[in-house]
Amino acid sequence: MNSKVKDKIATIVLYIISALVILLLISLIGYIIYNGRQSLNLKFLFGEPKIGEAGGGIGRQLYNSIHLLIVTLIITVPLGVGAGIYLAEYAKEGKLLNIIRLSIETMASLPSIVVGLFGLLVFVNMAKWGYSLIAGALAITIINLPGMTRVCENAIKAASFGVKEASLGLGATRWQTIKNVVLPSAMPQILTGVILAAGRIFGEAAALLYTAGMSAPTLNFTNLSLTSKVSAYSLYRPAETLSVYIWKLNSEGMVPDAAKIANGASAVLIIAVLIFNVSARIIGKKLYESHTGSK
Amino acid sequence: MKKNDRKSIFLKLKNEYLGRAFAIFCGAVIVILTFSIIFFLTTKGLNTFIKHGYSIFHFIFSGDWKPEGSGDALTPQFGTLIFILGSTVVSFLAVIVSAPIGVALAVFMNVISPKLGTKVLQPAIELFVGIPSVVYGWIGVSVLVPIIKIFFGGIGFSLLAGVLVISVMILPTITSISSDAIKTIPKDYIEASYGLGATRWQTIIKVIIPAAKSGILTGIVLGVSRAFGEALAVQMVIGNSVTFPKGLLGTTATLTSILTMDMANTIYGTAWNDALWSMALLLLIISFVFILIIRKLGKRGEI
Repeated sequence: MNSKVKDKIATIVLYIISALVILLLISLIGYIIYNGRQSLNLKFLFGEPKIGEAGGGIGRQLYNSIHLLIVTLIITVPLGVGAGIYLAEYAKEGKLLNIIRLSIETMASLPSIVVGLFGLLVFVNMAKWGYSLIAGALAITIINLPGMTRVCENAIKAASFGVKEASLGLGATRWQTIKNVVLPSAMPQILTGVILAAGRIFGEAAALLYTAGMSAPTLNFTNLSLTSKVSAYSLYRPAETLSVYIWKLNSEGMVPDAAKIANGASAVLIIAVLIFNVSARIIGKKLYESHTGSK
Repeated sequence: MKKNDRKSIFLKLKNEYLGRAFAIFCGAVIVILTFSIIFFLTTKGLNTFIKHGYSIFHFIFSGDWKPEGSGDALTPQFGTLIFILGSTVVSFLAVIVSAPIGVALAVFMNVISPKLGTKVLQPAIELFVGIPSVVYGWIGVSVLVPIIKIFFGGIGFSLLAGVLVISVMILPTITSISSDAIKTIPKDYIEASYGLGATRWQTIIKVIIPAAKSGILTGIVLGVSRAFGEALAVQMVIGNSVTFPKGLLGTTATLTSILTMDMANTIYGTAWNDALWSMALLLLIISFVFILIIRKLGKRGEI
């Protein structure tokens, strides 16, 4: 076989592999949404769960997922941006930087179930918070912090190239330069990173089983306390999320229509992930255009 | 003069020191968190060997997992070899499935059709990453398991199901890291190869893949590491039997799947519970080993 023919065949094979992977993705997403289509109604999305009978909804779990997402982002984003600034602007090459880098790599490669167990040990048992939303939020913070830091560091490095000297030369301090010049132009990239992280936080389950817990108590929206166990806004109540609920339905099957609920909940998760991904792209592109003035 | 001094200190504090302190604090948080994770998991994980006096050798090399003991006379056994082997087999088989596809995709994205690569494949890979692991697990249970049952027999829940689910999950990792590696190859290499009359396929095989070798290997190691740590999706499809797998269609259990299931059923502080913490420590150590391998690969790539 001559090399030209070989080249043609190889090209075709590579096309086929790529097409099959795309096909796999489309059929995965299509299957999940198609299967869960009957559940995509208000009664299911905001309904109360039922025990032992069919027809329950996912209202509490959906609320818990969103609540947990917001709390986690409030903790993760400032920490990630701060650490990104430190690494990009302040840290000097040397032992200390090496330790930080090694820490980030270690954190990033920890299996999420191990992080969840650390949360169980420290936040749930030692701090005596019990299965609680805040324990879950902190556990997911540990999982997402390395990624967040890396995104911010890269964004800041890219943004400060060229403009940093100008700002410093005008007499601004380093921090003023970062705050007023570098951070605003690094925003699109950081925001994209945050939204993609949000998608992952929304779907995380392994780290939450033993931190945020596997029960979803009744939500009482009239109590505004952040610490009371009965308030819906509380940080110290168990908060089973949507993904944990799917896992629990599969392993315990407490309701006759477990499969139907799991299908519906999976569809909701996938749609959320799609929304996060698409909006990350759109926002990133819009902000980029408005900053660079390319449109 | 004095008044001016005070003012300038205040200004400096506002304009520089507070911000810098915040940035340093955030850097410190990362280090402190990492060290406390290592510290707490290590002290807790060593209980099995210190407090309960179980031999480390047995813990790692024995497949005898009888956490409740059998009868009054027999002491409980915590040999985790089955789970270690289960995790290893699942991860390596998944990588064998996933690595060629991942590298092929990376080559396609960068060499064959960069346009389709950025417009279609890149977003697709990001979506693959975005799909939550429970959803992968749920598809595994509701689609893959019945298919395996119909076509290959057995109960469907099997090593094969675990391998297939995990191989899809690690595909994005391998693809994106390989793709980054291929991107950094100097254009000269590729043009020199074309200039010598090589076809595109010859260039891919003889120049691009060798030049990106250490990056591709890094991607593969990261893939294995991710497969090792994946918990729920595997647990949902692998069958979770405490047995060595009897072929691809047999059921088995992994370190993560046993951890996921048993942590809730055991009482805090008992030997059984502590054995689970030792397994968590083992996972931590394994992920360390992967980091070291990746660092080595990175160093080699620089030279």
